[in-house]
Amino acid sequence: MEMRDREITPELFRPLDDGTRDSEKITGPSIGFWRDSWIRLRKNRAALVSLALIVILFALAFAVGPMLAPFSASDQDLARRYQAPSGEFWFGTDEFGRDMFARMWQGMRVSLYIAFIAAGLDLIVGVTFGAISGLLGGKVDGVMQRFIEILNGIPILVVAILAMVVLDPGILTISIAIGAAGWTPMARLIRGRVIQLKDQEFTLASRSLGAGNLRLLTKHLLPNSLGLIIITLMLTIPSAIFTEAVLSFIGLGIQVPNASLGSLIDAGAGDMRFYAYLLFFPAAVFCLLMLSFNLLADGLRDALDPRMRK
Amino acid sequence: MLRFVGRRLIIMFITLYLIISLTWVMSKALPGTPFADDKLTPSSREVLFEKYGLDDPLPVQYVRYMLNVAQGDLGNSFYFESRPVTQIILEQAPVSAFIGAQAIIFGLIPGLILGVLAALRHNGVLDYVGTTVAVGGIAVPSFVLGPILQYWVGFQWGILPIAWDPFAPQWTMSVMPSISLSVFVTAIVARYIRSEMLEVLGQDYVTLAKAKGLSWLAVVWKHVLRNSLIPLVTVLFPLMVGLITGSIVIEQIFAVPGIGDLFVRSIFVNDYATILGTTIFFSVLFILAYLVQDILYAIIDPRIRVAGGGE
Repeated sequence: MEMRDREITPELFRPLDDGTRDSEKITGPSIGFWRDSWIRLRKNRAALVSLALIVILFALAFAVGPMLAPFSASDQDLARRYQAPSGEFWFGTDEFGRDMFARMWQGMRVSLYIAFIAAGLDLIVGVTFGAISGLLGGKVDGVMQRFIEILNGIPILVVAILAMVVLDPGILTISIAIGAAGWTPMARLIRGRVIQLKDQEFTLASRSLGAGNLRLLTKHLLPNSLGLIIITLMLTIPSAIFTEAVLSFIGLGIQVPNASLGSLIDAGAGDMRFYAYLLFFPAAVFCLLMLSFNLLADGLRDALDPRMRK
Repeated sequence: MLRFVGRRLIIMFITLYLIISLTWVMSKALPGTPFADDKLTPSSREVLFEKYGLDDPLPVQYVRYMLNVAQGDLGNSFYFESRPVTQIILEQAPVSAFIGAQAIIFGLIPGLILGVLAALRHNGVLDYVGTTVAVGGIAVPSFVLGPILQYWVGFQWGILPIAWDPFAPQWTMSVMPSISLSVFVTAIVARYIRSEMLEVLGQDYVTLAKAKGLSWLAVVWKHVLRNSLIPLVTVLFPLMVGLITGSIVIEQIFAVPGIGDLFVRSIFVNDYATILGTTIFFSVLFILAYLVQDILYAIIDPRIRVAGGGE
């Protein structure tokens, strides 16, 4: 009763203490996609070690190795053939007296060139094909998907081998053969992602604002698939290195005097019974490369695309 | 279901037809002829060309080849004593199939065990061991492992024959090639089972099974393991790919007279008929594995059928 009679005066009110409003505030700096991914990647020790290994191996192959090597990769000297690893020839010499240390970094460079060109093809052909197929949908998608289904029926290695038989073996042709045979997984993944994205609200919003297909793709769909693209590329690289090695192993890859990791392993396997070091060094580097690329790809999958995690 | 299988079969035949045509065109584009021997006189070369029908117009050769293939006749080899290619393939394929099947057995068992243990001891020591093996199996390819085994087991310790030896019993020679191939099988299976089991372990029905008082073993055996094994059919296709790829290399290393060896040798002697025949053979295997995997998967998971077949 008394309460009702009470007069409401401005003195009864005072501004809210600013301190209580802080609980609504977003503390901490806002974190972008890349920083966020990096934080997640940093927690994955295996991926970090792999990243470091890849950096070290790249440095060795492209800069430090050639600088340290006192001999060139193609210097032949029959007087010093089959030297065991020593202070002079760190990884020994092969049957023509070529310094294996220099030769191995050269071989690794060739393997990496091939892998990167193949990955580039994967990026251009696979992403374009998948994006067009997913975005247009309908009949176009049906035809494009049947095309991929047919390509998938042909063993990649068989395509690559047949292509190598028809083409002249060289770094570029090998990369093209490998890339041409291996872009379908990328196309499939990108198609799936584009189909998933194109029904989402932000795409609809952009479309109702008048964005055409091209703008939609370059501004919205592809940037949102970037994580997926990077992960797939990281898996393409080791598999291209592997395919090249298989080709070299059966004599259809890099031809002498040029070398790749595969051809070095092949030559080493032939001489292994008496000169095991010829197999050991290239094989070890090859395994390290495969290992670190695969682990890094795994780590990136978790970091860039947590939804893909199984 | 029937419609789904029918549709897949039609696609399969179109695929095969295109592959055969493509390889045929490629083999015509190969440099050199199968009869590049200098000792051949022009007239005897002519006789050979006529015998194999190589001087007919290309469309005639193409149609003839396609009709023959449809009847299971892959033509006669230009090189291996001009025997029928189908016969050579049927003769060499069992060796590869034996090594491949053995590799699957060698690889599957440790793969299953490692995968299951890794999932049950998630983030434990066994998990690290399992993951390491799974990654290692991919990082150490068969063509590195093969020569290493050859060196230690075959040469240094002399336990098994270094390479194919017509006088030794077959199982002794097939062990090392199979082991080289099996590492990759172990890697794939362990990895797959681990992630599949981890997913199943987090499902509600597993919690329910635990809650109703089932023993740990019963939960793992009846609910987790069975449900994670079913989708294993999805590795069928990649396994097939890996084994075929592997056999091409491994048979070079161990001098195995198998189908991969036949393929590589026929390329080097320009034996078009055998190149074509082996490619077709590989492709058929491939496509069959793909088909079986898809059908099995559709049986297991009806959602696939709706998504894939209901246009």
